[in-house]
Amino acid sequence: MSEAAAENLGQGTTWNASALLQLLYLGGFGVLGLGFILWALAQWNEGGAGDAADYATGTVTLAMSQEPPQLDSTRSTDQVSIAVLGHVMEGLLRYDQDDQLVGGVAERWEIGETSATFWLRSDARWSNGDPVTAHDFVFAWRKALEPANVSEYAFILYGIRNAEAVNRGEQPLEALGARAVGDRQLEVEFARPLPYFDKLTAFCTFNPVHEAFYESTAGAYGADADKLLYNGPFVIDQWIHGASLRLKKNPNYWDADRIRLNVIDYAYITSDPLATINLFKDGKVALTSLNAENLTDAMQQRWKIHRFADGSVFYLGLNHRPGRPTSNYHLRKALQAVHDPGELVYKVLKLPGNVPTNSLFPVWLKGVRGSFRQEYPAPKHHPDDARGRELLARALAELGLAELPPLVMLIGDTPTSKKQAEYYQNLFKRKLGIDIKIDAQIFKQRLAKMTSGDYDIVAAGWGPDYDDAMTFADLFTSWNENNRGRYANPVLDAAVDVARSSNDPQTRMDAIAKVQKIIYEDVVVLTQFERGSVYVAHPRLRGVVRRSVGTDPDYTNAWIAPVGG
Amino acid sequence: MTTNALSFEPVRVEREVETISRPSLSYWQDAWLRLKANTRAIVSLYLVIGLLLFTVFGPWLWQVDSSAQDLDQISAPPGAERAVTVVDEYRPWQGATATPVAGAGGELQAPASLSVAGDATTRAVRLQWSAAPDAGGYRIYRSIFDTAPDGALGLPLGDVLDPTTVSFEDRLDLQPLTYHYSVVTLDDRGREATGYTSVPVEVTRVITAAQAHAKGLIDSADVVRPGDVLKLQMHPLGTDYLGRDMLARLMHGARVSLFIGIVAPFAFVLVGIFYGSVAGFMGGRVDQLLMRFADFVVALPFLLFMILFRILFNVQPGDNSILPMMVAMVVLSWPAVARLVRGQILQIREEGYIGASRLLGAKTNYLVLRHMIPNTMGVILVTLTFAVPSAIFTEAFLSFIGMGVAPPTPSWGSMCNEGLKTMLTTPHELIFPAAFISITVLAFNLLGDGLRDALDARMRATE
Amino acid sequence: MLMYTLKRLLQGVVTVWFIATATFFAMHAVPGNPLTNEKAVSPKIWAELQKRYGLDKPLLEQYGLYIKNMASGDFGVSYTQQNRQVNDIITEHFKVSATLGILAVVFAAFGGILWGALTAMYRNRAPDIVIVFLVILGISVPGFVFAAFGQLSLVKVNDWLGFTLFPVAGWGTVQHMIVPSMVLGLGTMAFLTRLMRSSMLEIVNSDFVRTARSKGLPMTRIFRKHELRNAILPVITVLGPSIAAITTGGFVVELVFAIPGLGRYFVQAVQQLDYTVIMGTTVFYGAFLVFMVIAVDLLYGMVDPRVRLE
Repeated sequence: MSEAAAENLGQGTTWNASALLQLLYLGGFGVLGLGFILWALAQWNEGGAGDAADYATGTVTLAMSQEPPQLDSTRSTDQVSIAVLGHVMEGLLRYDQDDQLVGGVAERWEIGETSATFWLRSDARWSNGDPVTAHDFVFAWRKALEPANVSEYAFILYGIRNAEAVNRGEQPLEALGARAVGDRQLEVEFARPLPYFDKLTAFCTFNPVHEAFYESTAGAYGADADKLLYNGPFVIDQWIHGASLRLKKNPNYWDADRIRLNVIDYAYITSDPLATINLFKDGKVALTSLNAENLTDAMQQRWKIHRFADGSVFYLGLNHRPGRPTSNYHLRKALQAVHDPGELVYKVLKLPGNVPTNSLFPVWLKGVRGSFRQEYPAPKHHPDDARGRELLARALAELGLAELPPLVMLIGDTPTSKKQAEYYQNLFKRKLGIDIKIDAQIFKQRLAKMTSGDYDIVAAGWGPDYDDAMTFADLFTSWNENNRGRYANPVLDAAVDVARSSNDPQTRMDAIAKVQKIIYEDVVVLTQFERGSVYVAHPRLRGVVRRSVGTDPDYTNAWIAPVGG
Repeated sequence: MTTNALSFEPVRVEREVETISRPSLSYWQDAWLRLKANTRAIVSLYLVIGLLLFTVFGPWLWQVDSSAQDLDQISAPPGAERAVTVVDEYRPWQGATATPVAGAGGELQAPASLSVAGDATTRAVRLQWSAAPDAGGYRIYRSIFDTAPDGALGLPLGDVLDPTTVSFEDRLDLQPLTYHYSVVTLDDRGREATGYTSVPVEVTRVITAAQAHAKGLIDSADVVRPGDVLKLQMHPLGTDYLGRDMLARLMHGARVSLFIGIVAPFAFVLVGIFYGSVAGFMGGRVDQLLMRFADFVVALPFLLFMILFRILFNVQPGDNSILPMMVAMVVLSWPAVARLVRGQILQIREEGYIGASRLLGAKTNYLVLRHMIPNTMGVILVTLTFAVPSAIFTEAFLSFIGMGVAPPTPSWGSMCNEGLKTMLTTPHELIFPAAFISITVLAFNLLGDGLRDALDARMRATE
Repeated sequence: MLMYTLKRLLQGVVTVWFIATATFFAMHAVPGNPLTNEKAVSPKIWAELQKRYGLDKPLLEQYGLYIKNMASGDFGVSYTQQNRQVNDIITEHFKVSATLGILAVVFAAFGGILWGALTAMYRNRAPDIVIVFLVILGISVPGFVFAAFGQLSLVKVNDWLGFTLFPVAGWGTVQHMIVPSMVLGLGTMAFLTRLMRSSMLEIVNSDFVRTARSKGLPMTRIFRKHELRNAILPVITVLGPSIAAITTGGFVVELVFAIPGLGRYFVQAVQQLDYTVIMGTTVFYGAFLVFMVIAVDLLYGMVDPRVRLE
């Protein structure tokens, strides 16, 4: 016995193995037992869960990319918050399922040259039963402009008289040109002509806020489900931070008959595209976006695939600050000459929704009568490498350089931006011999560098805040803080000034066409594409509206068809 | 029992018994002998050498630029078809128009016919169809699968929102495959009618003479005529999402990954061994103080300090920050090793042979180097082999958020990151870098195992 | 023993204070400002914002204030999750992370000790080779790949079964916890397997085991009392820090499986430079880690008769 043991030392002995077998048996039984309990639990729990689009209960289950930071409409800035607010709040006007502007809280309105009047409907109520009054709007707008409230979207109210001065703290809140005449009439005076004021009022910063309730939350308005008062089609039923957000139909909503869903359950919060696709495959969520990488998989699953333009335009921003090489006109022209948005969109990004563009103004913008881009076509652009090299030589001569120092391209930390940057790095090197250094930065530092001008080229995009060309046109004016490249051109400023101080559509659009031309000819930025989004939805979920400006996706008109229907 | 003279003969001393039959082996000689006897360890040693050769001489043998983008062969798997037909320069297409037809009311119908105008090539597929009555517009779909039987039309390529236009040019990521195109009629509010018309289209890969020349496929743009068939560049292991050669990227990526994956773990394990053995051996107050400091370091947030090290090292945007990355890894990762080593040393300190050695007058250095560290070798080697992949992935994560190597410098970890997204459709982009990491880790593990067996003082008795 | 525990706890508090100080200054040395946002604001509003969050004060004063508040248990208000107390964020999400982390460590320790002992027993024979191969696969494939594959196989399994055995993502029931914790514990399990194998091999050949054998002790007793108990020691050493590391390091798993854990908040906070959340989570995590280390040291003293706590 001991001899045998000695021989097997270090090789494992028979008696050690038998001890281990004991252990293994125990472990095995443990695992089996646990498995059985879990299986039983699974059976037990299964009862309540329904389909991602459940006809019987009128429930649609969805995933959210991130949690809303907070839902105080006077301070909300991000996509997710704006989408949720679009379901639980209602402004003066709203967009219907055909993207037409219709009455929300206002039943009638008049937009004049210098002022506007809204007549509120008598049956609009808060979720506590109080009527929605003109005072609630005045309070909300003043709140958004109050310097201490530091709302980042305060600028969107600047068209109202004295709004800018109020926001700077130069005038008292009461000076704002918005006034309640009784409970049901709202008078607004403009600081300058605002032919698109009706469209503005559909934006979330214009939503009403119940003053007494706001004060009662002691600074935590919008932080939790019970720290909000609702006047929209839905109310927040339950908000578990970081985990889920459930909306329930609002019985106090004036047009509750129109709403066919009972519950919108954002049951998952994850920004991982693979995770949401898997949830969709497993029938756990009713709608999910696709990206270029999983299109083949989606085709293989034989899903019905949808696409829509999300409204934003992407471009390579250039730094125009003096001393930067990109402040040289011929260098910018050279970059533009070899830039081919089509190649980027078709070969690199590969997502069918994206449309290459040579204009800052997307195709869905309205012009004088029809579409702006049909009335004022985008500049024609043909990539020409030889011309690019010629222009580069001129730029180098002007800059007094034998060779261009490497240009810094600032990007975010998303996979798509890295892919794009690598494409451009190779493109500019191959065609112009320019070295590009890619500076990938996490969110806040990228913004900090954009603001301080610590870059030559930056990958950026701009989404519309309201449905008028002005939301894009004033982006590169010398007074706009979002003009991070500090482009300054009096001609462009003057054109924008004409467009925003006139009520005549023809004059306005002519001026905006001038902006479109300057942006291409002076190479303010290199426009790339209009972003499109590709998504799949549960086959029985109907009536979901996707749009470029406003609440997106909008489930307020959605319904669930019965099985087989 | 008889006694005779023989009984009083002195026993012959057998000298041979006393001589040492084999030469005396030092600890390290013995270790090497036993390592050589371990086949798996030797195989893994060759693997490690092979990897180093791949890294050093690979790029010299396979002289392909690892950042050159072959946009005609994006995400091509190994052994993909490379034939390409020469065509004329691209000319824009005006499209086709038709006068809208008024229908007899009732439900909207799909166009009666759908066909391809001209050649279907990877440059563009031009579709045209007959006008459908009452149409407000058309939507065009494309699938790589047959649309029958359930009418899964695939990707919506675009909308034509003008009833007079009955054509569409598709340029989106065209591959030499058979596609199934479909067109659906839209009403005046942009809603789809139920039916669809579908057509299969076989796409051929094309290139212009000028492009072929720029790619170096031909010596001059004049030597070929449209219709000639050329072969695109060969990529033995396929290409990635920007059409870059996988083999070249793996070779170049090995430099970063192996450097980080080997040097950083060695450095911090050494620091950890030193720190841990000092703490364990000294014990008492010194031990207390040292271990509290280790606790402190362990709790520091890695990402934040990584950013700081980049600032300290004055890393310019777009520069590779391998050195700060190494420093951050070493400075922040040693405490785990130190803690482990200290634990072992505390345990060994109480062993009988240490006491015996001490009684025999052994000095501290000797005790630590001769007895303690060899006896902790097993644990140390396990930690070391695990630190290799984790260093490789830390590099990948940091590169991903822009704090590691700057593009276009490749690394295995970041190639894995990219490959994961398309693992279902183009698995080779994930499998190759992952396989190289696995081989490296495997080699180091087996080698570590062999070394452990060879270096373990106690194993000497078991031969 | 009591004195020792008290002393260690006191030292722990000092360590946590050091961690807080180092993180505070490191964080402020990083360029960027938590208040920068997509929409640029006018200098006037900017100054107002800075004042509102107390960022206009000298750094040392901010530090003093922070330490004072921290000592009274107040971690402040988040910058990104406006209107939310960092204390609430930590208490709400830590319990999720801790549940996930503890399950993962239990899974890892159970598997690691079992597989490790098995490989040591069958050293260089088939079970050893197979397990070592699996372990190597386990560590050379990054966690995010496992998470993705784990989730994908769940979809397949549920599809095949016709009902949801384990949900693909989300949190709330026991079934939600199983697969993510297994995925999370996989790396640690591989590590513990190797560690266990290594230390088991040493123990099998040690003098006291040999003595026990020659005494003729029953095999099960030797295995349990001598081999397993001694071989587990290094495993316990790393267990403490790994519980802490797993609990906050589950970022990828939390993201993929849509789990509302603290790990996600921490990574987000660093990216968004959310000062208060970075501080809150780091200090909390540091305290947790230090506490785990103390707990492990105490445990060590109990398990290993040779180590005496003084």
